[in-house]
Amino acid sequence: MLSASFISVRCRLFARYAEIVGQEEVTLELRRNTTVGQAVDVLRQRVPNGDRLPERPMVAVNQEHALAGHVLDDGDEMALLPPLAGG
Amino acid sequence: MKYLIREPIDVARLIDLVLSDEHGGTALFIGSVRRGPEDGPVVAIEYTAYEAMAEKQLDKIVGRAVEQWPRARVELCHRLGRVATGEASVVVAASAPHRDQAFALCRYVVEQLKQHVPIWKRELLETGEERWRANQLSPPEEGQ
Repeated sequence: MLSASFISVRCRLFARYAEIVGQEEVTLELRRNTTVGQAVDVLRQRVPNGDRLPERPMVAVNQEHALAGHVLDDGDEMALLPPLAGG
Repeated sequence: MKYLIREPIDVARLIDLVLSDEHGGTALFIGSVRRGPEDGPVVAIEYTAYEAMAEKQLDKIVGRAVEQWPRARVELCHRLGRVATGEASVVVAASAPHRDQAFALCRYVVEQLKQHVPIWKRELLETGEERWRANQLSPPEEGQ
């Protein structure tokens, strides 16, 4: 169990980003009050080829688009979204 | 899943779902896998999505559309998986009392889908190569 000062965030990677790092999901343990931008920095350092992911990708938290300043909560699902291509 | 499907899209069914005696205009958009001169030897596109989020975003887009055009109806389907050149990848059917509303609603849903819904495409080429492609967004219409 995590201490009160840490949170667990499930990070999901899709399409080209999943291909770059060779995995679709990573769980990060982060300090409480970590923002999306900070979590992306941690993720880029944690996964193989993470430096090839953009520094400020499009991100969703719990399936809603989120900005870099959004503060994460324990149990959140953060997704890095490559440029969209529906249609 | 409500909007994302892995089988060919039944266009006639979508049209039937939006038709109404109170509507004088129905607009239909069919987006297909293209192999234009600038695209290279594309044989198919493989579509993937963040499915739960895509469904949620599409629900929101339809909800906003219905608020904006309360007397209209709209239905849509987007394919996932491998879609061959010439096949439909997305279909939007919109029906409204007047044609202007039907065209506007249909256009609105297509553009919103391209801008907000987490779907990705990987082009499969005759040469065996594969490449990710992103959308070229149309400029927003005046008044939107």
